[in-house]
Amino acid sequence: MTAALRFDPIRLPEKCEQLRKEVRAFLAEEIAAGTFDPHKPNREDTDVPEFSRKVGARGWLGMTWPKKYGGQERSFLERYVVTEEMRVANAPTRRFFVADRQSGPVLLKYAPEHIKMDILPRICRGEICFAIGMSEPNSGSDLFAAKTRATKTDGGYLINGTKIWTSSAHIADYMIAIFRTSPPTKENRRHGLTQFLVKMKQPGIKVNPIGQITGQYEFNEVVFTDFFVPDDHVLGEVDGAWKQATSELAYERSGPERFLETYYVLTELVRAVGPNPDTRSAEGIGRLVAQLHTMRRMSVSVAGMLQAGKEPVVEASIVKDIGTVWEQQLPHRVRDLAAFVEETATNRETLERQLDFAIKTAPKLTIQGGTTEVLRGIIARGLGLR
Amino acid sequence: MAESDNIVVETAEKIFADLADPQTINNDKKGSWQAPLWQALSEAGLPLSWVPDDLGGSGASLADGFALLNAAGRFAVAVPLAETMLAGWLLAQAKIASPEGEMTVLPASPKDRITVDADGALSGRCRGVPFAKAAKHFAVLAHGKDGVAVALVDASKARTESGLNVGYDHSDTVTLDKVQPITIKAASGVDQTNLMLMGGVVRSLQIAGALESMLDISVRYSNERVAFEKKISKFQAVQHNLARLAGESAAALAAATSAADAIANAKSFDDEVYLEAAAAKIRCAEAAEKGGGIAHQVHGAIGFTIEHILHRFSLRALAWRDDFGSESYWAVELGKLVASRGADELWPLVASR
Repeated sequence: MTAALRFDPIRLPEKCEQLRKEVRAFLAEEIAAGTFDPHKPNREDTDVPEFSRKVGARGWLGMTWPKKYGGQERSFLERYVVTEEMRVANAPTRRFFVADRQSGPVLLKYAPEHIKMDILPRICRGEICFAIGMSEPNSGSDLFAAKTRATKTDGGYLINGTKIWTSSAHIADYMIAIFRTSPPTKENRRHGLTQFLVKMKQPGIKVNPIGQITGQYEFNEVVFTDFFVPDDHVLGEVDGAWKQATSELAYERSGPERFLETYYVLTELVRAVGPNPDTRSAEGIGRLVAQLHTMRRMSVSVAGMLQAGKEPVVEASIVKDIGTVWEQQLPHRVRDLAAFVEETATNRETLERQLDFAIKTAPKLTIQGGTTEVLRGIIARGLGLR
Repeated sequence: MAESDNIVVETAEKIFADLADPQTINNDKKGSWQAPLWQALSEAGLPLSWVPDDLGGSGASLADGFALLNAAGRFAVAVPLAETMLAGWLLAQAKIASPEGEMTVLPASPKDRITVDADGALSGRCRGVPFAKAAKHFAVLAHGKDGVAVALVDASKARTESGLNVGYDHSDTVTLDKVQPITIKAASGVDQTNLMLMGGVVRSLQIAGALESMLDISVRYSNERVAFEKKISKFQAVQHNLARLAGESAAALAAATSAADAIANAKSFDDEVYLEAAAAKIRCAEAAEKGGGIAHQVHGAIGFTIEHILHRFSLRALAWRDDFGSESYWAVELGKLVASRGADELWPLVASR
């Protein structure tokens, strides 16, 4: 076989189910207390710092990390359960989500000890927010075309250039970014980029909000002008960021957030059609649920393989490809099915408001965090086509 | 499941490799491959994998049997292996011993129904019964006044009208008209829905296997075929098509193996198992259409010829969609289940495992 794709049927262990109950109870309390409205989609321009601190206090941030950095040394499958329950409840996770999923693990792997001791416990307590500085005005999917320069100076580097489409930069305390420390070589065009930890909210950094088609201002342009980064903020090998970027992708690409972004419209459709749907609604809902279930089982499978120490890079890319295309189409399929919902359905207004937002959100889902085209290139490479 | 994990699958794969090579079978217009393949499978005890030792079978686990059927799908095996396994399983639910030889199950569609009268005679008409013409016995699920019964029937006592599915395999119409079974027993642990779900998971695993092979031969072909002075695998349009085929194959594999795992480890056919099995049939059927379409597109005209092996996988995968309830049927049923549980019970159902 040229392509030995594996999706082992992972079952979540018993302790995950106990945890799931705790998370659901916590979310129910927070909803009752008015911290957030579960019928409102995960509004990315809603920042709820006290929610982050409460989640941190429960031990649900950095939960797979070593205890000495504030973590809980729990499994990826347990983290998976927390993540999916938060998504489905439309909990306001934006302040901690990037740090927990991506930035923390990068620091764990590449930051010097004193930085880890300083920052990781604060992520675990839900106190700080991270952004990711990858794209630039002329470098999006082609990550290695990045031009923002890091020039060596006494005790550190001076940064000049612009990052763009940077989610949460306007509230972030830190950014993990890649900057150019050397030109690419003839042999390796990916050479010359270095990963840095950047402390935000300082002179030399200007964050300009960018309006989105949803009406939100969730991503930004971030301009660096002679901004100083100390030597101990270099993460990993100078000029060698390209070696570090790929192994984390499996974590980033296969999580429940890659197919649950518009899930809320399906729940609301089921509510709107009621307990005795007509054949058309029943078939439509049945298909969507079957597709959702399949993606979740694929995603859980990848989480299980990660927990077992495997590196299912191609499988993870497949999950993101299929998952994001699905969550992008979901609002349109729900709209089709909602066309004949009774005028008297009690949640009709909620469903319409959600559909309006989900339909506007949909286009970004196959772009953010690796476009469909890039993912299919990775899958094709895994199949031995390039 | 690219590698064999156990002795049952290893045995089966060796037999398939020796006696069910798709190219050899495709070249053999007389069907002389069938008898030796069936004989080898029978000698290895594979058709009665799901029948306990004391009922005449080889007593393999459900999990091993499912893995074996996934392998059978990878070879697009066209003898009644899956059907005999399923028949043996059904008979074993009522502690009825399995005879030797080919079997199939009645009904094979959720719409058909066999009834049992006061004298224990069976009546009813079943359409789309896979391999009924080849079967020596039928395992029948029947409805009577006292509930569900399982029966073993001599196939020669039924009237069987020959038919072919889109994969050129027998899919026949069987009519029982007051047929006295060889054995009939009341069954408590199985009903028609369970039988359809079980059959649906069997077909899902076969479809997933066929898609794995379609991906494999499509990738290989794209690395050989030259057009516009380069291998077609170097064209981005072709690469992206194959990536999508890999996605469909992966989805089918994940859905089918997850459902098989759910049934193999469940105490009963509860809502969670229902979701797993129905979802597998729905998603695998969708993958058969989308994935098979891409495999053909990559192959161009050569894949449309009867000489090429692609159709052995692509058409069978399409045909398997129809057995034990089509994806439309299961989608309606699953949709009704979800609606009756209510909106706030959807996520707990999906997240149950």
